[in-house]
Amino acid sequence: MPEGTLCNKIPVNTKEELLTLLADKSGKTYYEEMNHLDVDHAALKTTLDKSCKSRIRTWLEICAHCGMCADSCFFYLANNKDPKQVPSYKIQSTLGEIVKRNGNVDNAFMQKTMDIAWGKCTCCNRCGMYCPFGIDMGVMFGYLRGLCFSQGFVPWELKIGSGMHRIYRAQMDVTSEDWVDTCQWRMEENADDWPGLEIPIDKENADIIYTVNAREPKHYPEDLDEAAILFHLAGENWTVPSVGWEETSLAMFAGDWEGCRLQVQAVYDAMERLKPKRMVVTECGHAYRATVIEGPYWAGLKSGKTPVPSFHYVEWVAEALRTGKLKLDPSKKIKEPVTYQDSCNYIRNAGLSDCAREIMSYIAEDFREMRPNREHNFCCGGGGGMNGLGRYREERNVGLKVKRDQILATGAKLVISPCHNCWDAIRDLEEIYKVGIRWSFLKPILLKMVIVPDHMKPVEE
Amino acid sequence: MYDFVTGPLAWLAFLVFFVGVVVRVIQYIRGLDWKLDRVTYTVNVSYGIKGALRSIFFWLFPFGTRSWRSYPFLTLLVFSFHIGILFTPIFLIAHNVLLLERWGFSFWTITEAAADFMTFLVLVSAIFLVLRRIALPEVRIITIAYDYLMLAVAVAPFFTGLMAHYQSGNYQFWLILHILSGEIMLMAIPFTKLSHFVGFFLSRGQLGMDYGIKRGGMKSKGLDW
Repeated sequence: MPEGTLCNKIPVNTKEELLTLLADKSGKTYYEEMNHLDVDHAALKTTLDKSCKSRIRTWLEICAHCGMCADSCFFYLANNKDPKQVPSYKIQSTLGEIVKRNGNVDNAFMQKTMDIAWGKCTCCNRCGMYCPFGIDMGVMFGYLRGLCFSQGFVPWELKIGSGMHRIYRAQMDVTSEDWVDTCQWRMEENADDWPGLEIPIDKENADIIYTVNAREPKHYPEDLDEAAILFHLAGENWTVPSVGWEETSLAMFAGDWEGCRLQVQAVYDAMERLKPKRMVVTECGHAYRATVIEGPYWAGLKSGKTPVPSFHYVEWVAEALRTGKLKLDPSKKIKEPVTYQDSCNYIRNAGLSDCAREIMSYIAEDFREMRPNREHNFCCGGGGGMNGLGRYREERNVGLKVKRDQILATGAKLVISPCHNCWDAIRDLEEIYKVGIRWSFLKPILLKMVIVPDHMKPVEE
Repeated sequence: MYDFVTGPLAWLAFLVFFVGVVVRVIQYIRGLDWKLDRVTYTVNVSYGIKGALRSIFFWLFPFGTRSWRSYPFLTLLVFSFHIGILFTPIFLIAHNVLLLERWGFSFWTITEAAADFMTFLVLVSAIFLVLRRIALPEVRIITIAYDYLMLAVAVAPFFTGLMAHYQSGNYQFWLILHILSGEIMLMAIPFTKLSHFVGFFLSRGQLGMDYGIKRGGMKSKGLDW
């Protein structure tokens, strides 16, 4: 059974393997090796028998082939209503065939399946809302990704991403020491401007344990500053864990369920160790989805809930503004038209649309809803790992057109986007289509408006 | 022949239908797995029930959901088709006379004109559903022969019933064909995608529980279907 040295059925578990894979620029050798990768039919059949149960089999069987899912898919709309982008077609011609043939599919079929599972679906779950039978093709594509991953048919970047989680318990090569150092460095950097500012590490019994996206310590340390300053101003008793601080899960995008389990277990262990009252997650959509919504299931928690109640950053902000923990200067409200990008992962798939509106009522004078919005909003175009996949860059860029047009229709030039993936996608759509929009997380916006009590201001010398 | 299709075969058809449907429901529920489906079906039960009921309820009414509202013509077709298929046979005078004769009970009945109208709606809706399959590229690409076969199986009892009722040609011929096609439809339900007779409620209920328990139901009023 030909297994490549880079492209094979074994996940990346060591730093050496990871470095070798990273050294293969753009995955050139990796994808070449994929052409020779065998499909392990017996293993695929066993996996199907064990994990493809009545929910998915019923979905595949009763699909009425009515096409009502077509218009729900932004890829279908962005590709001039190409019938090959109809969600039902995409899932029936991939997972549907695998199930029908009981795993008896070849290499070409698996590559085609991979290209659809990652290149034509972001698992935004919008189609499931428009199907009369409640057939959630996003859920099925998530499952399909797992099948592909187990057979080694996974985009190069996500094999790396899943390996990162397995090795570092983070989506990037940020070690626990790196993280702690970054926290201390940022604390020192801000000490003059913010007397008394702390980033407490491993403090037990805090009210809030704060967890982040590894990109923040690695590339956007100012995000960590802003989070610390806002907690400081709100008078929160908070902490960050030295281990288990990362919320994201490229393993989820990859369909590496064991990697997913390892990642969320690290966060849950931090909760058990430090016994905070609750957890707050940074402005990231899939991080919340992975660790708060899906994670308890990967970790086998029968309650379906995280060990301590967990909140997305927008929930904390809405609460802080509502209760007056954070007070904003009304004269600094955003005057220009501004819109809000509803992230699929914490709005459609976690029910937090009201929090977003509540926040906008405090910060914007002219808030313009996109159409459609809330749970019905379209994916930004970069979800499900799509932003990071070189192989599907062109597909991603075409898909961005739907979000571009939605934003333009609001007349707003500023998009509030409290989700890393959406933030990236909107940045990229501006880069590609040059429509003259700006985008921002909440934290920098809030910092510009928040009223700083005198005793918290630096002492003039 | 008439004695056979209204006697042993009718019993068999009802038996296959009822037992088959019950087995389908049991199999579906037994195949649910909290860990694989990632929904705690038996833990957060009240949220699950609320989510399931919402998910079924809104979809049971024409224009009750955003999706139904997005496709007004299709929605009318789908509802006329299903209402006709479900209610005409149960409340038809002729069927109820038969019920009373054979089993000593009957249901409410609708007028013949109403039954004719509903049957007519079933047939017309079916024609438009076929045309839609042919005309729309997004429907054509997912349409397979099986879809037409299922439509034919579902519509045949109505077509033959109408023929028998108006006794065009050979009454006995159409009547037997009518009974036979009705029995075929009943027996097909558990084994084909006509199983959405129960599958609709199961699948909708499941997704409703998913949203009610896990995907936001505990932090919001419930998904705006």
